[in-house]
Amino acid sequence: MNDMRLIERAVDMNDIKISARNVQVYYGATHAIKDVNVDIADKTVTAFIGPSGCGKSTFLRSLNRMNDTIDICRVEGDILIDGQDIYNPNIDPVQLRAKVGMVFQKPNPFPKSIYDNVAYGPKIHGLAKNKAELDEIVEKSLRRGAIWDEVKDRLNAPGTGLSGGQQQRLCIARAVATEPEILLMDEPCSALDPIATAQVEELIDELRSQYSVVIVTHSMQQAARVSQKTAFFHLGNLVEYGETGKIFTNPEDPRTESYISGRIG
Amino acid sequence: MTDMTSGSLGKTNTDLIRAGLARRNRNQLFLQGFGMAAIAFAFLMLAILVGSLVLSGYKAFTQTHISVDVFIDPEEISVERLPRGGFEEVLQASLVSRFPDVTERAEQRSLRGIFSNGAQFLLRDMVVADNSLIGQTVRITVPVSDPYDQVNKGLIDRETPNENRRVKDNELAWFDALIAEGAISSPINWALLTNADSRFPELAGLKGALVGSFWALLICFLIAFPLGIGAAVYLEEFAPKNKISDLIEVNINNLAAVPSVVFGLLALAVFIGTFGMPRSAPIVGGMTLALMTMPTIIIATRAALKAVPPSIREAALGVGASKQQVVFGHVVPLAMPGILTGTIIGLAQALGETAPLLLIGMNAFITSAASSPFDSATALPTQIFIWADSPERGFVSRTSAAILVLLTFLITMNAVAIYLRSKFERKW
Repeated sequence: MNDMRLIERAVDMNDIKISARNVQVYYGATHAIKDVNVDIADKTVTAFIGPSGCGKSTFLRSLNRMNDTIDICRVEGDILIDGQDIYNPNIDPVQLRAKVGMVFQKPNPFPKSIYDNVAYGPKIHGLAKNKAELDEIVEKSLRRGAIWDEVKDRLNAPGTGLSGGQQQRLCIARAVATEPEILLMDEPCSALDPIATAQVEELIDELRSQYSVVIVTHSMQQAARVSQKTAFFHLGNLVEYGETGKIFTNPEDPRTESYISGRIG
Repeated sequence: MTDMTSGSLGKTNTDLIRAGLARRNRNQLFLQGFGMAAIAFAFLMLAILVGSLVLSGYKAFTQTHISVDVFIDPEEISVERLPRGGFEEVLQASLVSRFPDVTERAEQRSLRGIFSNGAQFLLRDMVVADNSLIGQTVRITVPVSDPYDQVNKGLIDRETPNENRRVKDNELAWFDALIAEGAISSPINWALLTNADSRFPELAGLKGALVGSFWALLICFLIAFPLGIGAAVYLEEFAPKNKISDLIEVNINNLAAVPSVVFGLLALAVFIGTFGMPRSAPIVGGMTLALMTMPTIIIATRAALKAVPPSIREAALGVGASKQQVVFGHVVPLAMPGILTGTIIGLAQALGETAPLLLIGMNAFITSAASSPFDSATALPTQIFIWADSPERGFVSRTSAAILVLLTFLITMNAVAIYLRSKFERKW
């Protein structure tokens, strides 16, 4: 990070990174996401909360076109990242996904070495000119994933041999290795114990300085702990979106209030 | 099942459960017993099969040989005429000098019948290799002909009346005399593996069949493995799921169930008839077997690809891998143990396949091993078929021995498949 970037970041603070307009998602005949409009800010953690099946994961996965892999899934409306429509036919999903990293619910390291897990993204995108550069990227990414100190002596050990929490941080390191601008996290702590969860949450907070982080979570406490903005989804609708503090203390919509006070969901 | 609603008057659920428990335990015991009985039955059948093969086949693993001093008579054999010469006469003379009271020409000829028909060629090869043997007396050890081999192995009943016996009384007397002086031995029959087929059982071996099977399997593997994997990867990973891909899937399963003889007829009509490829050649055999093996490989590969968890695909897609990179960088390598297992089992099936090879003429009588897939050859199962059909008694035990050799290969291949599966099996 040089000084130029630091200045840019200050300017970017309140910039809109992702902008969704009238987004509809269908699974076959099922209307899973209904008319969602949302602006997601840069350098911010945005949490999507809501009861199971409310469409928050579906919406998250349309932000990097992971839904493309599901044949029956159809997305309508506009999703703009940096003002560019990501569903434009000129946009290659491969390029998009390098820019929009993703961390999944269950830690899913490749059954390869820790080093290869992190190096895979940079390798396929040709981001490193030589081995030394690749080593550097791997170390930097593992440091950002807050796991470097734990694995630096066994980079050739299989990634699947780590504990659940370590695996998830490895997956975060793998996601940041391609230098994305946005990091999507689909319930990243749901398979982790409280201690590993705390570590990952701390990491998410650190990642905010460089990325726009969007996190789907079941846990309202987690949303309250890590996010600055919160969006509440219910039955495919975006019910309420605003400052996390406001959503949790003074929600406008009665459905939001019912959910956070535990009456629905 | 106990009816919980009607039987609950006055009884607690615990009572009801206890009442049904004995019957449930009995059912379980019965099922377990039935399963164990089924396995025991299967093993018994296997033991009978292998036992009977070993009993009738083990004698083919030794071959009776005779050791005699042969004077290589310069009058019969001269350097100029080699490789031709009176080798048969020289051999006969060696036994005639041993039994001087046999004077009649016909009897002397039947005395020569103790030697295998191939003995003269063995002697010829010795002399051709070393001309200086001419004029000397050498001690050679050569196979005896099949009837004497049978006598030595106790397979010809000496109580049979002379006129019905393959080996007559006088012949038995000579042979017993030879045994008495230690000229007869029974070494391990390496010729069974190193000789090609022969009309004479004592000389017949499996080399031609082994080489033929090797070429055919190699061709089969080279065709079926890449095509099978290619088809499976396309169908599983890239093809759109619609009516056409459903139709293809159904027909691949049908293809796997088509009787092998039909593939043989197809090969006969298309490969040999239309394209004019050589008859009896392993290249055609391998192509025919590939047709049969491909559906097996496709089905096994698709199952192995399906078993790779979606989380790995998502992980690779998530860092921006293209579909092709996901499939060939992650999914196929992870599915490889399953693919290899399926392939080996498919090849093992192909190794034992007989009917299609009969139709393309791989059951011809061929006395040399094929040096390329385009030469005529037999395969192991067709060699068994030929020998089982031959009238000489020596072929009876050789058929069983050949079956044991085939089974050894099959068991080895399946063991490798099981080893691969257990070694590389991944828990997700």
